[in-house]
Formats: sequence, C-alpha cells, structure tokens
Amino acid sequence: MERQAMKSNSTNPFYLVPYYLWIILFVITPIALVTYFSFFDISGNLTLDNYRNFFSSVYLRLTLSSFWYAFLITLISLLVAYPTAYWLTKTKHKNLWLLLIIIPSWINLLLKAYAFIGIFGLYGPANNLLASIGSERLQILFTDFSFIFVSVYIFIPFMVLPIFNSLDRINPALIDASRDLGASSWTTFTRVIFPLAINGVKAGIQVVFIPALSLFVITRLIAGNKVITLGTAIEQQFLVTQNWGMGSTIAVFLILFMIIIMMITGEKGGTLNGKVK
Amino acid sequence: MKSIVRASLAIIAISAILMYVVSLLEDTSSAGGDGTINVYNWGEYIDPELVSQFEEETGITVIYETFDSNEAMMTKVEQGGTSYDVAMPSEYAIERMKESDLLHPINLNRITNLENIDPYFLDLPFDPGNEYSIPYFWGTVGIAFNPSLLDGQTFESWDDLWDPSLEQEVILVDSAREVIGMGLNSLGYSLNSTDMGELREATDKLKTLGPNVKAIIGDEIVEMMRREEAAVALTWSGQAADMMWINENIDFSVPEEGSNLWFDNMIIPKTADNIDGAHEFINFMLDAEVAAQNADYVGYSTPNQAAMELMDPEVTGDERFYPTEEMRERLEVYENLGLEMLGIYNELFLEFKMDMEK
Repeated sequence: MERQAMKSNSTNPFYLVPYYLWIILFVITPIALVTYFSFFDISGNLTLDNYRNFFSSVYLRLTLSSFWYAFLITLISLLVAYPTAYWLTKTKHKNLWLLLIIIPSWINLLLKAYAFIGIFGLYGPANNLLASIGSERLQILFTDFSFIFVSVYIFIPFMVLPIFNSLDRINPALIDASRDLGASSWTTFTRVIFPLAINGVKAGIQVVFIPALSLFVITRLIAGNKVITLGTAIEQQFLVTQNWGMGSTIAVFLILFMIIIMMITGEKGGTLNGKVK
Repeated sequence: MKSIVRASLAIIAISAILMYVVSLLEDTSSAGGDGTINVYNWGEYIDPELVSQFEEETGITVIYETFDSNEAMMTKVEQGGTSYDVAMPSEYAIERMKESDLLHPINLNRITNLENIDPYFLDLPFDPGNEYSIPYFWGTVGIAFNPSLLDGQTFESWDDLWDPSLEQEVILVDSAREVIGMGLNSLGYSLNSTDMGELREATDKLKTLGPNVKAIIGDEIVEMMRREEAAVALTWSGQAADMMWINENIDFSVPEEGSNLWFDNMIIPKTADNIDGAHEFINFMLDAEVAAQNADYVGYSTPNQAAMELMDPEVTGDERFYPTEEMRERLEVYENLGLEMLGIYNELFLEFKMDMEK
C-alpha cells in the first residue's frame, strides 16, 4: 500500500491530464478534421478527387516554387544568422545584444510588412538613398528580392536564437584543447565548433523552413502576389472558393512535408553527426 | 518566478483598468439604449460621421465590422459566430445567399425612404420586388490611370493594357472574377462565360500581360496610385474616385468592349438579432441628405435620386462615374455561376498568377 502511494506520488498521472487535453483538442482534433474534410468535394460527396487534383500541374508547380523560396529564405537566414550568433557569444553584453535582435519579433508581422511597403516604395528611403548616390530609382517592391529580403528579416531572430544557444553551450576548454593540439582556427571551426553546434542549426532550419513554406501575408503585400505559396492557395480555397475539401487537401500535404522535414533534420541526423568526429 | 507573478498581476490590473475605461466610454456613446446592431460592410464604405449621427438619433449603438470580399462575408455569416444585423453584399452574393436561405425578408412598409431610389435600381433580376435587398451603391470596373506618368496612352480598349510601354506599370485587383472577367471582355466574350474554351483562351491571353503587371493586390492599390508608385490600375470605379480625390492627375476609363456593372445592397442576414434596428438603419441610409453625404465621402455612385439632386452637379454629371443608361447597356452584371464554376475561375486565376510571363 505504502509503496503504491509513493509510486503514484512520483509520477502522478493527474498532472498529465492538461497535457493530454491540450494535445487532443488542439493538435489531434484539428489534424483529424483537416484530413476528414480533405475527402469531400465542394458539394459534400465523399471523393478522392481533391488528391487527384493536387497532382495536377498547377499545385505540383506551386509546391515546387514554395519549396524553392522557402529554401532560399532558410539558406540566407542561416548565412546571416550563423556569424551573428557566433559573434554574439564573443561579446561582453551578450544578453543585451540578444535582446536587440529579438525585439523586432515582438512587433506584429502586418505592421512590419506595411513598413516595408513604405521603405521599398519608388519614393521611399531605399530609393532616396539610391538616388542620392546618382543611381536610377529601381522597382524594389513587388520583386523576388523584396520578398526574400523581408522574409529573411522576419525569420532571422528565430534562426539566431537556437544557434546562439548551442554555440554558447560549448565548453571553451574544448576549443583551447583543439588549439593546443595545433589545429588552425579553420580546422577548429570545422572539426570542433561546427559539429558541436549542429543541433542548433538544425533547430533553426526547422523553425524557419516550415513557416516559410506557407507564408501568405508577405506574398501579397511585399511580392504583390507574383510569388505564391501553398499558404496563398489554402487561404483562397477556404475564403474565396469555399472549397474546404481542396483547402484541406493542400493542408494535409503541407503537414506531410513538415513531418518529412522534421525527420530529416531531427534526431536521426544528430546521431549521424556523432559518428563524424 | 516572483517577478513573473508580479508582472502578470500588473498586466491583469492594467487590463482591468482599461476595460473599465472602455465601458465608461461606451456608456456615454449610447444615449437611449434601444440595443445594438452589428453592421458588416466593405472597408472604407461609409462615412463614420453618419454612424455617430444614427446612434444619436436613434439611441442604437452600432458595432461596425468590415470585410474585403463577398465570399469572406458569406462564410462568416454562414458560420454564425457574430449575428450581423445589416450587411452590404454585391448582387451575385445576394443570389447565393438567397439560395442558401441566409436572408431575412425586408418589410418594405418600414423603408419609407425607398421612394428616393431611382426606379432603374429597383426590382432587378437578382432580387425581384426587392424582397431581400435595398440598393446601397453601384459602380463599374475599369482602368484608373495617371496621364502625368504616361506618354499620352488612353484606355478605350482593354487591349491598351498590353501596350509594351507599360512594362511594370499595371496593378491588378486581387479578385478572380474581375481579372478573368477582364480577360474574357478583352476577347469579346461575356464576363459570365462558363465555356471552358473561352476561359482557357482568356487565361492564356492574361498570361501574356505578365511583363506589364507590377502587382496583384487589394485595397493597397489606392495608396499606390495616390503616391504615383504605379501609373495604371484595374479597379472598381469607387476606388478610382478615392484616388482622384487625393491625386488630381488620375483619370478613369471604362473600356469599350464592355465591363462589369455591379450593385451593392443592404440586406438583413437570417441570423440577425435586432431586426427592428436593422430596418431603422437601412431607412436612415436612404435619407436624401444622409445618402448625399455618404456618396460624397465614399466616392461610389449612389442610386438615390433625391440625394443626387443635393450633390454637386459636376459629380453626378460625370459620365465616368454616372454612365448614362445607354452606356450601361454594354456593361454586364455578374451572374451567380455557382460554387463549382467559382472554383474554376479561382483555379485559373491561381494559374495566371503562377505562369505570368516575366
């Protein structure tokens, strides 16, 4: 009796109730509903047509272009965030600098997008700068460049944080040891620092790539709908066409893509990295 | 931990104070207290002063919300979350709402100001006898352009949009029926076409417009044109009027091949709570002075004859915004094509966005 009481005390299943409730209500139910709706056509008949339709050329190319832009956004975010995070670990007032990088992510996405409409406008500050150095005014807004620039700007804090955390956790003694044993700074970086911080990079990639696949506010405001992603298509199917079946089908594929990305960048990769040494 | 608790308490305290202040403010704005009505309208589509005037005159508090497409409006009314008492959909949306039994009949005996409306706009095919809807505004789809940024181009024909000199200058409104409809009109087809061959031809033609397209956006068009960021825009007549209000360089033209003629109307959704208040609001909006002030503010064309007599004759005599009945002959009203066809229009629109020639 006594033993049992002690056992239930240490792992009281009661504490798990809120967790399970949350998971069932806000994770499992929505996914189940989305999957369920994806099997119905616009007039409510059970069908696989939505899936057949997804493999038509429009949606396949839409998927490819979403992936391409998400890839570019992730790559550039990584290229900017890694050196930033590395430099952050070396500075004196780490937390202050970190805070400065994080603060922009507290501002609503729409506000930032509207601000960039002004900044990139034909008569906005960016073009005024160009004009002042004698260049012609350029069409910056509604281009691939502006789309990727603004997306990278928005995602950078989410890439910096995990990389900074894993770099900051590296024991400096390991780096000293590497140098003592005669490794150059480049070798130290590629053989010691980079492998030790790889999990931060993977987490950063997940946090950026997955939302980048389904951006839709920025595609309209900053890219003028000349870049369209799976997110645009879902929004349109639900709000305009009222074809919940097709919208759900695209969402199901988006969830599948996300699971695949999580698997690629997840635990398995971590052990692989252990073998590298 | 302590500081988190303290911060949370502070936030709760501040929220409570704010809520109290808001409730004080709301108290002073509703004088009598004949309840509230929820009005659901397009963005920038009413003079806010008139809402206050209505509240003062009747003691009814107005909760005002906006939508940016008929489809989004219908979805929200159907879901029921908020029970809207008055909404302003376009004609084809009213047909669809009638089919889905989403409308409450309007008691015309209570709309005494209905006599102010030009009979041309009453008893239209989408709602015979005005059983469910009362005209609010009407207008067309056309091309807004800024001659000061162009070399004398005019827009008598839709094909003028394809002019090679307009590279990266044309903004399109982000709406499938307007853009595909423009493609159909430019080929001389009806903008209510359901012929897959015609629709395919229109989409393929639109793709060749790609190099001239600067962006496909919504209400932001007005700002872009005002600030001379773009020279040409496919848009609704009232949006063009908004632009011209600020930037006098801008002009508006409805091409000869034909275009869309639309009517927005006030309706009472089936889910309405305050049917009396809704009738009062509709009747108030039809008052000659109110409608004149509203039309001045919004810039769209009013169907209210009595109001037109009070307005500046220069405005009401402007054939770009008040086309004569003869000119209206070549314009077409959107028909309700059904959900399936709407799906096809939208899929073609998506394809156009993806495959625009760069």
